[in-house]
Amino acid sequence: MNDPAVSVDGLVKTYGNAVAVNGISFDIAPGETFALLGPNGAGKTSTIEMLEGYRKRTAGNIDVLGFDPGRNRREFRERIGLVLQSTALEPELTVQETITAFSEFYPKPARIDGLLTSVGLADQRTKRIKALSGGQQRRLEIALGLVGDPDVLFLDEPTTGLDPDARNGIWRMIQQLSGRGKTVILTSHNMAEVEALADRLAIMVSGEICAIGTVPEVVGLYGGNPRITFWWPHEAPPGDLPPSLAGAHDTGDNWYVCEVAEPALALSELTGWAGLHGVDLNHLTITKPSLESIYLSIVDRFHQAGGGSQ
Amino acid sequence: MILFRQVRYQLMLFFRRPAAMFFVIIMPVVLLALLTQILGNEAIPGEWVSTAQFYTPALAVFGVVSACYIYLAVSTATSRDQGVLKRIRGTPLSPTVYMTARIISVSIIAFISAIIVIAAGVYFLDVEMLWEKFAAGCVILFVGGLTFAALGLAVAAMCRSSETVQAVVNATLLPLAFLSEIFIRPGRELPDWMVRTADFFPLKHFGVAFGNAFRPSLDGHGFTFGGDDTVFTIVPELTVMAIWGIAATLVAVRFFKWDYKL
Repeated sequence: MNDPAVSVDGLVKTYGNAVAVNGISFDIAPGETFALLGPNGAGKTSTIEMLEGYRKRTAGNIDVLGFDPGRNRREFRERIGLVLQSTALEPELTVQETITAFSEFYPKPARIDGLLTSVGLADQRTKRIKALSGGQQRRLEIALGLVGDPDVLFLDEPTTGLDPDARNGIWRMIQQLSGRGKTVILTSHNMAEVEALADRLAIMVSGEICAIGTVPEVVGLYGGNPRITFWWPHEAPPGDLPPSLAGAHDTGDNWYVCEVAEPALALSELTGWAGLHGVDLNHLTITKPSLESIYLSIVDRFHQAGGGSQ
Repeated sequence: MILFRQVRYQLMLFFRRPAAMFFVIIMPVVLLALLTQILGNEAIPGEWVSTAQFYTPALAVFGVVSACYIYLAVSTATSRDQGVLKRIRGTPLSPTVYMTARIISVSIIAFISAIIVIAAGVYFLDVEMLWEKFAAGCVILFVGGLTFAALGLAVAAMCRSSETVQAVVNATLLPLAFLSEIFIRPGRELPDWMVRTADFFPLKHFGVAFGNAFRPSLDGHGFTFGGDDTVFTIVPELTVMAIWGIAATLVAVRFFKWDYKL
């Protein structure tokens, strides 16, 4: 494996007596899209801002592309791209002027025409920023994050507050980036976004990472088993259910739900049993646990365990 | 060159803000027209030649201060509120170059404002240009502009929000402008405390020094030390302004933050 693009080791950030980041460690490989999740106040933004070079760390080590972001070197800034949480543009400049101004900061800027086309703003180039919609402003900010042709791109809640159409456009752009070998660090509160974009994710609660891995890994480790749901038309619960479905329980209105460790075995037993009893199973579903439900249960469990208490 | 291009963007921003343009560039001319109409522009007994000969340099100074102090402080604090400064800080652009560009741009705006008022005075109100004092006048404008730019950035450094900055710059400039012989030409002796207050702050020194460059009764080109009341010298006023400018620069450099959440 190559050297990681980003390496964080024992990172700590305190504000006075409050511990915002409590000794976290992770690596991000080049070309990977890495999502950092967590409730508000979990320390995500502090972590991202230390990686971006905006904040000084209290302890630990950070390596981004071989640079220590805390030293805030120009060479470091030339190789990262930023999309901050809130819009930060001069409202009176046009799209073209804004992106041209930013391109002048970088030694090898991307071609502006191609960039504006790829974010769908080629027809808006003479419009002033204040005349753009929220989605257009956000897409321009992503273009500004990319104008220096960075190796690492930070995206802090890139689609918060956007309509689904604008959000999909931004997702497509981010997916293209990782195809071009860019490392992307993403924060989001939208689990669908994380599932669509992230190769790996870390969930932060109270300054600590409490789950990390690929989406299937996190789902597999923390999410429990797939869930079979079916409709049983008779009053009495089926006493003679097959063994793999023994845990099925009625959720009301004759709907039965069961978590199963081996879905293939459970399904074959269920269909055999249904054939035997003349049940048509036309409401049968099998679902994997959603990232959202897993995220909520991890955060909840961590809070209850008193993890990361200060 | 990146500094030149940044100055250009800052100038574009200014010229696209009608309210800022009105206060910095139009307002001094409007005040000159109003004051000369209200007070009359005939020659007044005493050393001053005309109302316009007094108010033209005074309002040129007011325009310079509007640009360098009020506009620079408020626009910088607004950019900070909007997150623009934080965003710029995250690029390879040097923060020094960015702030220098802002200062150069307001200096250019200040000179444009001063030139317009003086030209209006000369063409419409018979203001006399004293060319032997012109170089000293330019030095005064330059040092005064930089001093008030430093003061503006010091205010922006000490206040968190652009609303506070707006309140502080206006509350400090307007009363002082009345005490400092900018808006009012005193027809009688002012109370002692007023004179001492005005003498303490840099605005009066700026106004008096630049006004002296338009006083036909003074002798010399201004670049002299000492002499009696009939000699034009910019040295005492420049010294006071420079002290304020240096102090303000130290405060701004020490306390200015590019984002108050960091």
